[in-house]
Amino acid sequence: MKGLFVICRKELSDHFSSTRFILLFTVIMMVSLVTAYMVGAGLRDELQGVAKPTLVFLLLFTSPGKFFSLIQFIAFFGPLIGIVLGFDAINKERSTRTLSKVVSQPIYRDAIINGKFLAGVIIIAVMVFSIVMLISGLGLTLIGVVPGPEEIGRLVIYLVLSIFYISFWLGLSILFSITFRSIATSALAAVACWIFLSFFVAIGAGIASDMLAPVEQNAAATNPEMVIRHERVRSVFSLLSPMTLYSEGTTTILDPLRKTTQTILLMGPMERLSLSRFQSPLPLLQSVYLVFPHIISLIAITMIFFAASYIVFMRQEIRST
Amino acid sequence: MDRQPIIECRDLTKIYGQQVAVNHLNLTIYEGEVFGFLGPNGAGKTTTLLMLLGLSEPNAGSATVCGFDPTREPLKVKRVVGYLPENVGFYDDMTALQNIQFVSRLNGIPDDVSLPLIDELLKVVELDTEKTKRVGHFSRGMRQRLGIAEVLIKEPKVVFLDEPTLGLDPDGTAKMLDLICSLSKEKNITIFFSSHLLDQVQKISDRVGIMIKGNLVAVGHIDELAKAKFGLDQGDYTLEEIYMKYFKEGQA
Repeated sequence: MKGLFVICRKELSDHFSSTRFILLFTVIMMVSLVTAYMVGAGLRDELQGVAKPTLVFLLLFTSPGKFFSLIQFIAFFGPLIGIVLGFDAINKERSTRTLSKVVSQPIYRDAIINGKFLAGVIIIAVMVFSIVMLISGLGLTLIGVVPGPEEIGRLVIYLVLSIFYISFWLGLSILFSITFRSIATSALAAVACWIFLSFFVAIGAGIASDMLAPVEQNAAATNPEMVIRHERVRSVFSLLSPMTLYSEGTTTILDPLRKTTQTILLMGPMERLSLSRFQSPLPLLQSVYLVFPHIISLIAITMIFFAASYIVFMRQEIRST
Repeated sequence: MDRQPIIECRDLTKIYGQQVAVNHLNLTIYEGEVFGFLGPNGAGKTTTLLMLLGLSEPNAGSATVCGFDPTREPLKVKRVVGYLPENVGFYDDMTALQNIQFVSRLNGIPDDVSLPLIDELLKVVELDTEKTKRVGHFSRGMRQRLGIAEVLIKEPKVVFLDEPTLGLDPDGTAKMLDLICSLSKEKNITIFFSSHLLDQVQKISDRVGIMIKGNLVAVGHIDELAKAKFGLDQGDYTLEEIYMKYFKEGQA
């Protein structure tokens, strides 16, 4: 255990003093601030005419403002944080020949990889937490609405999910840093995975559903089942992307009015009536139930990638050259 | 010699794919001696060191280091054995002090105990004036000496040095050899080192072992080896001549 904390402590001080971390943190801080400000300013105008606004506070995070909302921003750029923190974790130690020195000290070998992962997760937690706190503070001064206990509960879940989501990318990039000897290769591989999983899977899902469940022309009016089937195939495929998993999960958690993760619903007139009549927010627990599969899958893929890097690292032969 | 054996290898074997890196190595090293390990590149010297440290698992045979089996109890072995790899690496953006401190923390030494010890060791290796400078600017010789200081911080009983004088200038080499000698004499540390500089090995070693293609072809005091090879009892054969003879026989 002692070795783990020593490694973790050193990694933390390395991260906090490294130039790339400071650069990345500044950029992310700035964009979050600007986003929050725009959202806050827009929100004040929107709320002017509303008699009794509910759960306004969460709108700070979900409302797209002029460009994009904070959760979209984290979904897009969170992976980059994870990759930057992990892509040279092991192979840098290899190329500076410090790894063989560290493993010849009386510590368990897994202390090295655990310490590095833990340090990364701590950095991620600090980053996400400070961004959320910053926006909350800004929101309080800009719109003057105090969050209730339920809103705080939702924010906490959102925080935890964001930490897992970014840690997934950290685990992935650490895995690459173990398997690839060259730092540039592991960085490129991680970025390629990020682009593929975040952007290409969405396009691929569209193509796959066009092939597997094509929608004929004018079918939307006559054959709604066909449209639904098409939509279902598309959403199954797009869930292969951690970004979709994360954004669907967190949007539902932060927006109590969202009652389903589906984009198209088949509704009769009565259902439509009841939906518009009873536009009340979901309780927190119901929102969690709604995206429980998303949450579990997100946590699971993070664990799987960390476990994979753990196993690969433990089995690798350590030579001084 | 009635000294206690501190390292014992029994039929230690390591196979990489088709190639036998270390072939049934039987070797005993006694407490407090300086043992020079010779052999051409790729003869299996580093592999032997890694197996003795528990960093690499032998395919057959066993070893005992300070009474522990490195395969089964690597942590106990690593606690009492210091290892200086060939071309040791440092965290270049940390100072000499920070580098040593990291190693001492990994060994579980509390900071208040280690700080005076670090000062003392840096004086021994003549780096006390460079304590707060970044290792990135250090010369080869300075890095190597800092490596020795890092090895000594855990107060080891045995020290493995892999090519400690590789790439050092004559002055640096002389300093390094003096340092190794004084460690063995003053602190009674057993030193097991590999090197190519045969005249230097001759100067400081009590005994030498010659390894060629994974086989240990000779072990003993230099005079004994000369006697066995040339049938003379004068010690006027240099280690280089003895080594070349073994080397040519091993290649044939």
